[in-house]
Amino acid sequence: MNELDLAAAVLAATLRAGTPLVLASLGELVSEKSGVLNLGVEGMMLTGAVAGFIAAAASGSTALGIAAALLAGAALALLFAVLTLTLQANQVATGLALSIFGTGLSAFVGRGYVDATIAGLPPLAIPGLARLPLIGSILFDQDILVYVSVGAVAAVHLFLSRSRAGLVLRAAGEAPEAAHALGYPVIRLRYLAVLFGGAMSGLAGAYLSLAYTPMWTENMSAGRGWIALALVVFATWKPLRALLGAYLFGGLTILQLNIQGEGFALPPDLLATLPYLATVAVLALISRDVRRIRLNAPAALGKPFRPPA
Amino acid sequence: MMLLRLEPRAEASRRARVLAPFLAAALTLVCGGVLFAGLGYDPLVAFHAFFIKPVSSLYGLGEVALKASPLLLIALGLAVGFRANVWNIGAEGQLTMGAIAGGGVALACPQGDAVWLLPAMILAGALGGGAWAAIPAYLRTRCNASEILTSLMLSYVALLVLSYLVHGPWRDPQGFNFPQSRQFEDAALLPILVEGTRVNLGCVLPLAALAAVWLLLERSFIGFQIKVLGLAPGAARYAGFKETRLVWLSLLLGGAFAGIAGSAEVAGPIGQLLPRISPGYGFTAIIVAFLGQLHPLGILAASLLVALIYLGGESVQLSLGLPPAVAGVFQGMLLFFLLGCDVLVRYRVRFGKSRVTAPTP
Repeated sequence: MNELDLAAAVLAATLRAGTPLVLASLGELVSEKSGVLNLGVEGMMLTGAVAGFIAAAASGSTALGIAAALLAGAALALLFAVLTLTLQANQVATGLALSIFGTGLSAFVGRGYVDATIAGLPPLAIPGLARLPLIGSILFDQDILVYVSVGAVAAVHLFLSRSRAGLVLRAAGEAPEAAHALGYPVIRLRYLAVLFGGAMSGLAGAYLSLAYTPMWTENMSAGRGWIALALVVFATWKPLRALLGAYLFGGLTILQLNIQGEGFALPPDLLATLPYLATVAVLALISRDVRRIRLNAPAALGKPFRPPA
Repeated sequence: MMLLRLEPRAEASRRARVLAPFLAAALTLVCGGVLFAGLGYDPLVAFHAFFIKPVSSLYGLGEVALKASPLLLIALGLAVGFRANVWNIGAEGQLTMGAIAGGGVALACPQGDAVWLLPAMILAGALGGGAWAAIPAYLRTRCNASEILTSLMLSYVALLVLSYLVHGPWRDPQGFNFPQSRQFEDAALLPILVEGTRVNLGCVLPLAALAAVWLLLERSFIGFQIKVLGLAPGAARYAGFKETRLVWLSLLLGGAFAGIAGSAEVAGPIGQLLPRISPGYGFTAIIVAFLGQLHPLGILAASLLVALIYLGGESVQLSLGLPPAVAGVFQGMLLFFLLGCDVLVRYRVRFGKSRVTAPTP
């Protein structure tokens, strides 16, 4: 393989490694824009991964697997929403509970599927474009979820910045009392945003178990749900920046794997710490600018809202 | 319009706060029974294997104490932070760093009969865990970075560092290439307290911590400041309480306690360094802290219950062939139900239509 081909292969792999992060952080971004901080991304991702894998293995259809993952993620998110939005439970504590529960539940449900194999999501070459030199193999010879994730980012960006519904959703996250006083159903909007976040986390999990590495292992998300949460801060709650951040982290993962493959003297365990350390470093750098965070973070993020009776 | 309404209470109900964990435990039992029945097991047989069999011998009771010890110790430290709205969720990493530091001391001192070795290991554990928690503390107080995410990310790092050490430099040369350190000398092992069980001297540490944390939270000015910071950050700032200092205090305390728990694990039941030294105690301790309503005595009771759930998970694995992950499901359910039941502390639940009538003209 010549060096140009290698570079193209690395970039294509970067997009794939970044895709679960794109999906999960985009879902969490919408939820946070409505004012709800859901720390359960990791749990919803794992549950989506196992549900998608089981459905795909049982039916032989990856499409059904994807549908199951969307539903599973949304189901866990519904549990979170009932507790935090209806019963006014603490969002941080409930999110942590969701992560712990989802991790345990996925390990429990998936115990019989650890050695199972499925076909995996095939690449879907876009006619014509896929044959472009270099760019074709990087951008247009991916599986369908990669395209879906990019499309979803564009759609969410337009929804939040250009649509009336998006404006109301942001109002629920910035000033829920005012939105309520104007007659908007704040709680219902937040429910929908949280459900969307859960479905996207489930989809991110399905990407792991159906496409990225078509198999199921316990804890296979390996902290990606938490990295997605950090990416939302990194992106200062802007969808396009979340996409960029996700690919940066995807690139870091691929780089780390390639360095391992090249047989460098660094031990693999220490190299594997790289994405986590990078997350910490990036968070520290971004958060230093308190004004920028204050300006961009939804003002009512994490604060419970109870409509006055 | 709604069938179920929440009316805010003027004052949080103490009675509901005590009762909520019991209600949550009862609901978890009911749901667990349904789960067992759904899997095709007789719920009564399963419950017996889960909750009764593990504690029907002295050895079993000792195992409960042994598992409750790290949970209690870590949860006490976390509760201090949670009360102040400091969300240290990286106790698993701090425990691991404590184990690495404590284990490192044991491995570095081959002349194995010094009396100071055990205290040095425990101290090293506290320093290791505290140092690991100091990173999120620094990043939160200086860079405004969320300690939730940084402390969790550092947990993954700590586990990878441990894995590196036992696969590489600290691997036992006579260990047939297994990823583990050599066994510690006797002087580096905590002595057994009760014959016929594995209960060791380390199980006393959490009880001492319990008394200390109770004094700190319930009887000291710092405890008062922590409470105010958690309930009304604005008031705390107005009163001139130093938030930075309280953040540092809660993270360092939580880290040190988790680190001690880690070094007590390797100096106790494990006796060497392995790639994995905790079955998720650091995460489960979060559940324990909440289940105990962030109160030291509540946490003591919660740690015993959750330790029993761990053992029950192992027991149904042996007798019914269920996966041990069932323990995680139970723990998660328990916390969900508790968070749901906690609504009773702050609200009265009313059924039926809203009785607020329009004012008569």
